[in-house]
Amino acid sequence: MTGATFVGMPAFPEAARAALADSQLRHNLAHATGTIRGKRARVVGELDDWEELRTRAAGVKDAALADLETHLLTLEERLTAAGATVHWARDAAEASAVVAQVARAHEVDEVVKVKSMATVEIGLNEALAAEGIAAWETDLAELIVQLGDDLPSHILVPAIHRNRAEIRQIFVDKMAAAGRPAPDDLTEVPSELANAARLHLREKFLRAKVGVSGANFAVAETGTLVVVESEGNGRMCLTLPEVLVSVVGIEKVVPTWAELDTFLQVLPRSSTGERMNPYTSTWSGVTPGDGPQEVHVVLVDNGRTRALADEVGRQALRCIRCSACLNVCPVYERTGGHAYGSVYPGPIGAILNPLLKGVGVDEQVDSLPYASSLCGACYEVCPVKIDIPSVLVDLRAQVVDAHRGGRPSVEAAAMKGAGQTFASSRRLGLAQRLTGLGTGLARRLGLAPAWSSARDLPTAPPESFRAWWRRTDGGRS
Amino acid sequence: MAAYGRGSLVSARDEVLRRVREATASATATPPARESREPRPGDVDRFAERVADYKAVVERCGPDEVEARIAAALDGAVAVVPDGLGYAVPGSVPDDGLSATDLDGIDAVVTLARVGVAETGTIVLDHGPGQGRRALSLVPDLHVCVVRADQVVADVPDAVASLDPARPLTWISGPSATSDIELDRVEGVHGPRTLHVLVVG
Ligand code: SF4
Repeated sequence: MTGATFVGMPAFPEAARAALADSQLRHNLAHATGTIRGKRARVVGELDDWEELRTRAAGVKDAALADLETHLLTLEERLTAAGATVHWARDAAEASAVVAQVARAHEVDEVVKVKSMATVEIGLNEALAAEGIAAWETDLAELIVQLGDDLPSHILVPAIHRNRAEIRQIFVDKMAAAGRPAPDDLTEVPSELANAARLHLREKFLRAKVGVSGANFAVAETGTLVVVESEGNGRMCLTLPEVLVSVVGIEKVVPTWAELDTFLQVLPRSSTGERMNPYTSTWSGVTPGDGPQEVHVVLVDNGRTRALADEVGRQALRCIRCSACLNVCPVYERTGGHAYGSVYPGPIGAILNPLLKGVGVDEQVDSLPYASSLCGACYEVCPVKIDIPSVLVDLRAQVVDAHRGGRPSVEAAAMKGAGQTFASSRRLGLAQRLTGLGTGLARRLGLAPAWSSARDLPTAPPESFRAWWRRTDGGRS
Repeated sequence: MAAYGRGSLVSARDEVLRRVREATASATATPPARESREPRPGDVDRFAERVADYKAVVERCGPDEVEARIAAALDGAVAVVPDGLGYAVPGSVPDDGLSATDLDGIDAVVTLARVGVAETGTIVLDHGPGQGRRALSLVPDLHVCVVRADQVVADVPDAVASLDPARPLTWISGPSATSDIELDRVEGVHGPRTLHVLVVG
């Protein structure tokens, strides 16, 4: 069980400095994010209605969030009618307690898990471990993270910071203590490493009585949960155990079945850069004679209603966790995910963590809105059009206010103004080209104290940062 | 609700719903309008090409060749077959309540499909007759899947519109795969490592 935790992580600038000093990490990250960027661009380019799909995806999510109570009640009713048991959890502890309760009721000392950010967010593995229940991660990257007693660093590829030699070493050293040992002659060829994971996990899948999942989407009208994956470990966890518990954030709601099609088009293209991911499973409660005959769904708040109440930040709840914004972020590419101190790293993490947790409480969280150069690349790739730069600027104002006892400050007012400039990434791009200000603009407006003081900001360059980034493919050419 | 979630969790429900209500008091948004449309037939050549792009094996054949092609695809491997397959598979094992461990000892599975999606090269199973329960097409290492040309629709919206969400659905695009090691794609992790698709007609 992992002993690693994000709790008590240093603030972003400090954590980022350590990451920047790690050249292996930077090499792994640059290679990985560059590869995904290229794949994504190719498959997005195949669709001539991509912009329309983004607008539609954003619109469906906005409508779902605006009327969330109605949709949640429908979801609960449909799930219940389909034989599932619905639970509600205000916070992480309540959500974990439900899962532990189900596991205890079946007297198991282990559960198999399919990758789920929500369960990492609520600290489920640690909560189960405290009750003597082992939670086995079955996604290859999550397995690498778990066996390596490590933390995830990317939404899609949590072990993106590890190269093949490191992964081989982790398998050789750690698999035996967790179950079937790694083959004696294991090399660092990726197909061999994948096969070692297949063998190691197969015995766990075959004997598991309780499976734990998240859900990418929850269709209210039909009570249908959706899990999008690649390896088949998700299908194993969703299908073979007798009991299934799915931990679902309340923002995952899609009102109707027909509206799901938009997300099944934009998610795989944005995420793995494929026309479609290898496996998508959908199920509505219990199917007699097929799969788990006892199905639980835990609907989790844990800060989501706080984000929902924030009129600017609310849009962050549209996020479908594709990770496209991480892969284009110049800050993420250089610091990696750990510096963000959360399961949600990168641009989305820089807004989602403060929105879920609130500002003015934790220095680490308060530093996140500054972990950006406001270049706008994240907004351009986001399949649900979350205007991350504008939310960042608004959150910076909130952080400043929180540190001044809530009094609106001069900086806060300046940021509100800047927020309007940044409200459209096109307008920001235009402003940069016209003024040649780039990052200098942020500095002049006093926008980036914590983050920019941690690095030496150059004087405003003749070419904006964003223009340079695009011209040079992120500094590679 | 039966065994779990009593006590304090009952009020968790009310409190989460109250918070949601308060947070959205001033929010309004209209869902984007959609035109309903009838699923359109998909381009079968394109479907076959795109399935092959995922490193699946794809063959086209006529209705009377299917059994021979299945036998050739299995190449002596023992297959489990679901009820209602409609093709003879010599030496196969029927699914009479096999356990997951039993299935793990079987090399292959032969199934039908519900829908094929031309644009993405995806096959969807709704686990009706001839498709078997979900575990069947998951645990054995070779999946031979028979898709009729007239089951192929144009794109994902057409597929979603033609499927029944009350049934469990499995969308399959190639063999299982991972890119978790340095973003190198490896075909074959936990699901069938070989997907062999027969497109009939
Ligand atoms: S914010 Fe947008 S781009 Fe980033 S992970 Fe979420 S959906 Fe993807």
